[in-house]
Amino acid sequence: MIVEQAPVLIVVICLMSAVATPLIGWVKRELCYPWVILALLASTCCSVLVMNTVIHEGSIHYYLGSWLPPWGIEYVIDHLNAMMLVLITGTALLVAIYSKKSLEAELPDRTVYFYTLYLLQVTGFLGIVITGDVFNLYVFLEIASLAGYALIATGEEGAPLAAFRYLILGTVGACFYLLGVGYLYMVTGSLNLAELAEILPRLYGSKVILVAFAFFMVGLALKMALFPLHLWLPDAYTKAPSVASALIAPLMTKVAVYIMLRVMFTLFKPYFSIDLLPVTKILLYAGVIAICVGAIMALAQRNFKRMLCYIVIAEVGYMVGGVGVANTVAIRGAILHVMNDVVMTLGLFAVAGIIAYKMKSNELTAFDAIFKKMPFTMAAFLVVALSVIGVPPTCGFFSKWYLIQGSIMAGNWIFVGALLFSSLVNVILFFRIIEIGYYDFGASGAGDAHSHDERSVVSEAPLSMLIPTYVVAAAIILIGLYNQSIITTIIDFAVPKL
Amino acid sequence: MIGKSDDIIIKTIARIFVPFLQLYALYVIMHGHYSPGGGFQGGVILGASMALLLITHGYDELKRRLPEGVLLLLGSLGVLIYAGIGLLCLILGGNYLDYSQLSVILGVDAAHARSLGILGVELGVGFTVMAIMYSIFFDISTGGILPEDQRREGRVEGER
Repeated sequence: MIVEQAPVLIVVICLMSAVATPLIGWVKRELCYPWVILALLASTCCSVLVMNTVIHEGSIHYYLGSWLPPWGIEYVIDHLNAMMLVLITGTALLVAIYSKKSLEAELPDRTVYFYTLYLLQVTGFLGIVITGDVFNLYVFLEIASLAGYALIATGEEGAPLAAFRYLILGTVGACFYLLGVGYLYMVTGSLNLAELAEILPRLYGSKVILVAFAFFMVGLALKMALFPLHLWLPDAYTKAPSVASALIAPLMTKVAVYIMLRVMFTLFKPYFSIDLLPVTKILLYAGVIAICVGAIMALAQRNFKRMLCYIVIAEVGYMVGGVGVANTVAIRGAILHVMNDVVMTLGLFAVAGIIAYKMKSNELTAFDAIFKKMPFTMAAFLVVALSVIGVPPTCGFFSKWYLIQGSIMAGNWIFVGALLFSSLVNVILFFRIIEIGYYDFGASGAGDAHSHDERSVVSEAPLSMLIPTYVVAAAIILIGLYNQSIITTIIDFAVPKL
Repeated sequence: MIGKSDDIIIKTIARIFVPFLQLYALYVIMHGHYSPGGGFQGGVILGASMALLLITHGYDELKRRLPEGVLLLLGSLGVLIYAGIGLLCLILGGNYLDYSQLSVILGVDAAHARSLGILGVELGVGFTVMAIMYSIFFDISTGGILPEDQRREGRVEGER
């Protein structure tokens, strides 16, 4: 029974425990932390179970309320969203374990509502990914976004304003998506993704469909912070509490990329998105520009978290550009990069959270002599950094490799150039930090022996923060080592038939 | 800060209005599953009746009738009722939200069980919408600062 019902349990467990969190916090505030972990653990188990079923038996269809589509809402899980489900629940679980100390330091009296919003945010992400109904997707998109705005607004000074800007732009993005759904409903009378995909090919000449497609793409570009629609992202993610940015930064943009893949290749047929319209060409150049601008802007930052935000923007360019190249190898690379980028961004923001917790600052100067003070954190950071740069045994290398291979096959040299350029900039970015951290510059410049001893005392982050960070670092290496089997068992089935 | 009105006419009319508003809200909730209306609409009307009480009889009076803790409880409980009914169907062996499974517990046929199941869901939705509508109104009208806190800070009532 659990196996059959697992798809809906993934979402329902998160939703129910989210609304039960204030009640538990009312009884005893300290119970919230184990409660959230327990809920996410159960949800993670269900999603692993679902993934296992999908790998062995193919796609799962789950009919809510036993109403068959097109009347009822159906959950459809294939290889692509099974992978996303495991990534989302896994990330949420790790960040929840990680959250304890950081929240105690940053938001001591708001933990109960923080955890409520945290679980609602996860519910939203899971719902977006699992549903097979375009309107249901919009509802979950709003749940995820609204929870996200509130989580970001609890951050440091200036966070409410950043969250408000994000709210305006995010709402415009969601409205565009809704308008697209509305136009499709107008001409087809259906909201079910599979049924729409069947009806739409007969209407591909219609202007309404073209407008709907345009609304989808622009709305999603806003949600995924594709250049030049990225302006909300750096402020929002920099000023959010460390835990919130460690949850939202890896997932929100990647979930939007997932919706884009669904719209382009499941809702519309690949030949519509690739051959009939110049969309992929636009996406390719948008990706190239996003990569270059993101990399250059990251170089100009003096704040570590803000630098990471621009790296996120550049990474969105990788995935969008990979879809824009539009051949099997590049799209395989883009999907693999969705997975890798979730893990890498999680690692980077986890380290940023640890630095903020120990040093009370995220400026690059906080990294002064940090290798001596926090050797274990920085060891994990090195693994993540090497992966973002794209050094072979780590996962970042392989997705970049597929992206480059795909664009060479398609003759898109400009995208190859952008990828190499961004890798080189990443080398500079991370080695700058390693240089600051490895040598003891000393803020005062004095070689006083006493202060030197004091500065090099090892003072590590708490274990509850270190362990999740190390799990991420291990995942980066394991995904790298087993990338071939991940591709043959999961990603090759997720790549659309072109 | 919302103080209570001094006008006897406003207070009396509001006092007469509120029970009818709430009765109508319950009517809208109860009929939601087979005629226009439902949990959202009824919940908003219930919330509006609370807002009317707040602006005519003041915060202290309303706090006596509906403390913050209860409001919070109602907001969460509504969603839990909704999700709980869905989960109950799942435990009884059907899919999530498949109300026809409830016929085992309720002792009626499947079609009737579906009707009663959705009624339970509408009630849950109504509770949550009422609590949330009221707390949004309350937060906007007070700026989120409770009168107790203001008094503790030594501000005089009616200053804002």
